[in-house]
Amino acid sequence: MLEIIRQIPIDYYVWLSTALFCIGVFGVLIRRNAIVVLMCVELMLNAVNLLLAAFSTYLSDAQGQIMVFFIMVVAAAEAAVGLGILVMIYRNTKSTDISLLDKLRN
Amino acid sequence: MTLYIFLTLAIISIIMALLVVLSRNPVHSVLFLILTFFTIAGQYILLNAQFLAVVHIIVYAGAIMVLFLFVLMLLNLSRDTEPQKSALWKISGAIAAGSLLVTLVGAMRGSIALQIPEAENPGVGLVENLGQVLFTDFVVPFEIAGILFLAAMVGAVLVGKRDLKL
Repeated sequence: MLEIIRQIPIDYYVWLSTALFCIGVFGVLIRRNAIVVLMCVELMLNAVNLLLAAFSTYLSDAQGQIMVFFIMVVAAAEAAVGLGILVMIYRNTKSTDISLLDKLRN
Repeated sequence: MTLYIFLTLAIISIIMALLVVLSRNPVHSVLFLILTFFTIAGQYILLNAQFLAVVHIIVYAGAIMVLFLFVLMLLNLSRDTEPQKSALWKISGAIAAGSLLVTLVGAMRGSIALQIPEAENPGVGLVENLGQVLFTDFVVPFEIAGILFLAAMVGAVLVGKRDLKL
């Protein structure tokens, strides 16, 4: 049996992931720089990844870790496209402030 | 011993994540986020998910965060140009995130009863095992992920072009 399963209850991983996820939500809510908002989204994705990996190890099931792998794939694609869009927005508005990006309203 | 390593990594990662959100300079945010990712990679090693730990370092610290840093320096964003939300926004954001934390913790406390299987396999996170699962059960999603990457690559190039002539 793995040392970790005997010593650390799965709850600890749940609390850690919840805390990281909520810090990510906090960042998305209070920051106005679009790049930092994207970084906070990455933080939230990582909290979920950690929880999936923890449950995968505790249950000896590889499917959770495969899921983490696919989440990493999607996160990489999302970061590339998101940053491309941000660079384009910066070229047009000279700012990455998300409160300026309400052109679709009305 | 394992518990102490876990607690140290957890406390460092939470402090670093808070610093990501609270630091004014976006470049500092990126550097703190890289440190957070390294602590999460440490958790993966602790969980004996070695493949994930290596991929996490390569993909996140090596590719995604370098991309973020590169864009930040390309756009020349720093503390002076950083837009700030008002104090009211920050307080309401803190209350909202804190309420979410309390709700999630309250909902999950005591409700996690895990049946740890008898015949367990400690090598579940090794490359050999994960490769077997990835190329047998998950081969179709794997190929779709490749197509997704191709689409994302084409999309990023198209979005980033200055004058697009089709």
